[in-house]
Amino acid sequence: MDIVVEHLTKRYGPQKAVDNVSFRVKAGEVLGFLGPNGAGKTTTMKAISCYINPDEGDVKVGGYSIKEHPEIIKKNIGYLPENNPLYQDMNIIDFLEFIAKIHGIPKYLIPERILDMVRICGLEGEKHKLISELSKGYQQRVGLAQALIHDPEILILDEPTTGLDPNQIVEIRELIKRIGKEKTVILSSHILAEVEATCDRILIINNGRIVVDGTAEELRKQAAGNEILKLGIQGGDVNDIFENLLNLDTIDSVDFIDIDKQLFEVQSLKEETSVKAIFDLCVQNNYYISELTPTEKKLEDIFRQLTLH
Amino acid sequence: MKQIFHIAYRELNSFFDSLTAYVLIAIFLGFSGFFTWIYGADVFFLGQASLDTFFTVAYWSLFIFIPALTMRSIAGELKAGTLELLLTKPVSDWQLILGKFLSTFLLIGIALTPTLFYYFTLWGIGPVDHSAIILGYLGLLLMSMVYISIGLLTSCLFSNPIVASLTALSIGIFFHIIFDVLAANFVGFTGSVFSFLSLSTHFESITRGVVDTKDLIYFFSISFFCLYSSKMILSSRNLQV
Repeated sequence: MDIVVEHLTKRYGPQKAVDNVSFRVKAGEVLGFLGPNGAGKTTTMKAISCYINPDEGDVKVGGYSIKEHPEIIKKNIGYLPENNPLYQDMNIIDFLEFIAKIHGIPKYLIPERILDMVRICGLEGEKHKLISELSKGYQQRVGLAQALIHDPEILILDEPTTGLDPNQIVEIRELIKRIGKEKTVILSSHILAEVEATCDRILIINNGRIVVDGTAEELRKQAAGNEILKLGIQGGDVNDIFENLLNLDTIDSVDFIDIDKQLFEVQSLKEETSVKAIFDLCVQNNYYISELTPTEKKLEDIFRQLTLH
Repeated sequence: MKQIFHIAYRELNSFFDSLTAYVLIAIFLGFSGFFTWIYGADVFFLGQASLDTFFTVAYWSLFIFIPALTMRSIAGELKAGTLELLLTKPVSDWQLILGKFLSTFLLIGIALTPTLFYYFTLWGIGPVDHSAIILGYLGLLLMSMVYISIGLLTSCLFSNPIVASLTALSIGIFFHIIFDVLAANFVGFTGSVFSFLSLSTHFESITRGVVDTKDLIYFFSISFFCLYSSKMILSSRNLQV
């Protein structure tokens, strides 16, 4: 099922939480929804899962509009809301049974589905506990289990790893990756590494508008700009090497990183690469290269660059 | 339709899990039993095989208990965030409201069931006016229906359960007693309007053994109005967090 968001706008009072956002998610895709806090991620996800009515625009899931056929869409969506609300006074099995019944899963299939969920989400040891007795990580798994129990085609996860410890984060990511092979997943987060690790495509949203739409690679390329190399050259006087580097045609600027270790930061001219020229220089002068590392701009920097204005 | 029952069943279970239901039933039976059989104008004092005392006690205690039961129904779900969980499942707003309504209504039914023993006991010791007693129970159920609907509406309006409960109680007190008092103080058209608005007028007419369509329309229309308003508030999602 494809998800098509068309000119979605939602206001809370005078403030536009989401402003004319349009995008499309193809079936089977894992989309990462990124943005600083308050950017409009949650609002968009709530609109897709039929919880709030947009002021303008529409969302179509598998061709059905959220305004006209919410009941069909709700059946095909598994949604894990932000902060993972659960009935704290129920135990895991009862809770999952309730959700399964609400989804209209046939009675004879319910025990099987519950056991599947308990296994997939790693809840075996805890299954008879009350939800309020579980740690946050386990509660998050229960949240995932309730979102998955009816085997939905689309999974919408709003910040699924907040508040988890590093081990749990890795486990939940693995789980999402596994699920993402079969289902369409939209995942929101403000942690870039997470989105990069799990998603095929990244959508960055800021102040209610989409600022970037592409893969992590494309994103890097877009913001990469000039080639930057971290370069270590030995076998000669540091100042001579510096002079020689500056004289190369393709090089824009050279900085010292560490004079004692003879490390430089070399920035090439636009759309030029200096690697061959540096190598030739070393051969001519009997220098040797102790280090040559292309410096990639981190996604974090790109993210900050895009969302800090 | 099934969704309504699933929601009501879950809700009812949570009443029992949280002891609310046991406390309610214990207090209700304690009060009504005490006044019906032991103290004041009890059955033996009156010397009649009638449950009028019981109906009066139930009339008042349910009036006080119901807002306490309904105060969390929507406000609590909203606060815990579970409203979002429910409404993103294949559940319509109507189904949620009716499920909540049904759960409280069933709980009141469960609380009333043991009092049937009063009826059977009375039957054993004297000639009983069966239709008056059956209609008395009907009146209590109709009255509960109205107060549950009012309680649900205030629970949609206010996110703080205490505020919701007190508001339901103060709206209820108009129907319960104030309209009746006003009716007694006015004559002519105004008086009859207040008399029609007063819940006690309709309750008494039913417990006296007369079921008039006017009374039924009264109970059902107030309930419908409150439930419909609750649904509209829920649908607009203009709930105060």
